Amino acid sequence: MIIKRNPLTWFEKLYIPALIGGFKVTLSHFFKKKVTMQYPEEKWTVPEGYRGAPYLVKDEKDRTKCVSCQLCEFVCPPKAIKITPPGPEVNAERGNIEKEPEQFEINMLRCIFCGYCQEVCPEEAIFLQKDYSLTGESREEMIYDKTTLLELGGVKESNIKKWDKKAADAKAQQSH
Amino acid sequence: MANETTKAEIKPVETVTVKVDGSRVEVPKTTPDWQGNPIPTTILQACKMVGKEIPHYCYHPKLPVAGNCRMCLVEVGMPAMGRDRKPILNQDGTPKIQKGVLPYDPSLPRGAIACATPVAPNMEIHTDSDNTKMMREGILESLLINHPLDCTICDQAGECKLQEYSMEHGQAKSQFVETKVSKPKQVDLGPRIMLDDERCVLCTRCIRFTRDVAHDDALGIVNRGSYNTIAAYPGSKFDNNYTLNTVDLCPVGALTSKDFRFQMRVWFMKETESICTSCSTGCNIKVGSRENKVYRYEPRDNDAVNASWMCDEGRLNYKWVHREDRLKECLIRNHNSESRSVEWVTIIQELSERLSKCEKGSVAILASARASNEELYLIKLLADHFEAITDCVPRKGEGDDFLVQSDKNPNSNGARAIGIAFSEMGIQIPEIDEGISEGRIKTLLSFGENITRVGMNDELLAKLDLLVVSDILGSHAADKADFLLPGCAHLEKRGSFVNEKGRVQKFMKAVEAPGKARPDWEWLRELVVHVTNEKPADTLPGLFNEMSANNAAFGGIQWKDLGSLGTDIKI
Repeated sequence: MIIKRNPLTWFEKLYIPALIGGFKVTLSHFFKKKVTMQYPEEKWTVPEGYRGAPYLVKDEKDRTKCVSCQLCEFVCPPKAIKITPPGPEVNAERGNIEKEPEQFEINMLRCIFCGYCQEVCPEEAIFLQKDYSLTGESREEMIYDKTTLLELGGVKESNIKKWDKKAADAKAQQSH
Repeated sequence: MANETTKAEIKPVETVTVKVDGSRVEVPKTTPDWQGNPIPTTILQACKMVGKEIPHYCYHPKLPVAGNCRMCLVEVGMPAMGRDRKPILNQDGTPKIQKGVLPYDPSLPRGAIACATPVAPNMEIHTDSDNTKMMREGILESLLINHPLDCTICDQAGECKLQEYSMEHGQAKSQFVETKVSKPKQVDLGPRIMLDDERCVLCTRCIRFTRDVAHDDALGIVNRGSYNTIAAYPGSKFDNNYTLNTVDLCPVGALTSKDFRFQMRVWFMKETESICTSCSTGCNIKVGSRENKVYRYEPRDNDAVNASWMCDEGRLNYKWVHREDRLKECLIRNHNSESRSVEWVTIIQELSERLSKCEKGSVAILASARASNEELYLIKLLADHFEAITDCVPRKGEGDDFLVQSDKNPNSNGARAIGIAFSEMGIQIPEIDEGISEGRIKTLLSFGENITRVGMNDELLAKLDLLVVSDILGSHAADKADFLLPGCAHLEKRGSFVNEKGRVQKFMKAVEAPGKARPDWEWLRELVVHVTNEKPADTLPGLFNEMSANNAAFGGIQWKDLGSLGTDIKI
């Protein structure tokens, strides 16, 4: 198909009207509210439910919620998570929550922020939080260990206090 | 007459016709029980024969039947009998089937436990009917009433029958609103076993195993009703040499191995078929490993060797594989005792140059009865070339009347069959000692043994012109060797052993060897090619076949004949 092109009219050939039109748009934006941000000095506040970097959380009693069940390690598509289980030594401090990871590493270079770890976690111990820009100077630095993850994760309270309930039940039955 | 005897010999197996899920099947009237004695075929066995799995906890083919978990309940119908003791027939001539119902409420089914109910002619078994499903749901609900559901911290998760059956046959939701009975956790039953009473479903498999198979009546159930717990008898410990089998038997996570506790989740582990090397029984095992780390041994079923069991000593004897003092370098030492680390190509080349200068009859070879048949065959080729005097180091320990043998070498019979060692193992060692001290023997090749432990001291070794040592772990002899070649543990290579009773069994590779360590048969073959003019097969199965063809004792069996359970030879 051949499209017929009309030749430019005399008025159009002047170009000046088009220039003025352009300047008008620019000038109108000069007085409007800005839509851009001065990244990285200014940072975007992400909405609720945003899937940023996964961090470990503690419960309100400052205990590590993770029990080292390794389901996140299993489900993680890019294999970014590596957990070292605690071994057979009994940790009396943990009470009836017998297990806690000895080491918990997430390779943030591998992590794809898919959120499977959060979804699979039976203890609600790992959450995708609001950090989206992680930087480091080496690959090793980008492997976050347990201490770092817990520090960044903070405390997350939960209504389901199953371990405390179990401990309370056991204690109540002891007195019989 | 002759005709009659042949008829008697091929007596047909007596069968019973039953209906399983609507299809008529013929099953033998008797089947072997846990000890191999014929007993009337049970419903569970009959269903297994026709490929229908019935869920069960307390039943185990190698243990006496207890019938206490009720998981194997199935709906069963029997031909109805009239007063004249003849089956009542339907209008179409088929026998009328009467289904079991509860006497006080005929609308409810009365199931039969499949593990302990023998089949009867014309019996109808329903493994999949609504009533069977309902009974299974009920049993699972009752088992889960006091179960703590702490799967997240339970080592059994992933291989737990309670998990599996709950998913397959259970209800999605619990109706139980009361408080669960709390029982002791982390109970120390014995040196290798930790018990979590809350998880126990009281199937008594552990009790029956230790009483009837291990013959140590150590466990029992104490307390009443919901407070039932498994316990060792007061004042005694559950510490026989077979305790860890109860961990395998436990269908839930109640009995846990202290060694494996909280080490690795089972679904990550790769299972490799292998052989235990702790004694000459050669128990069949599964090696659980992940990312080149071995986490556990488990027995593998083989009725000709170890049934479903293995001893604790053998099961826990794997940690040396990851020891720090594993040999990882090929070392050549000069006369000033300065050593240099070289590549395999260099060490094989230099070693074969040195060896080819050796005179015939001036060489002694001390091999190990822990080496595989293929390796011993290659060593034998070297020995024949040098007309060398050979022997293996005997390893004696305590045996028992169940699985453990007093001969702690896994391949003594292989070494004998190939001609490296003789009926009395170690009989040549004093002669080798004498030969060295008299100067007749100038070269000593030691494969996989610490020769200083069999009385060869520094003074004796100093008289040698050439000492070649290949080993897995560091030793004093390894420090003295002119040529040191790092070898592989059996978990890091393939091969075969001949056990105490003459069963040839193969083992497969589970993990990679550390550093430069290489499967011994690989570099032994290179050495044989360089030193002698022979060209042995360059694959492991090929080497086995060649070894078998050249040693009458093996009767020409092939690698592929070994299968996963091995095959018997005459020794």
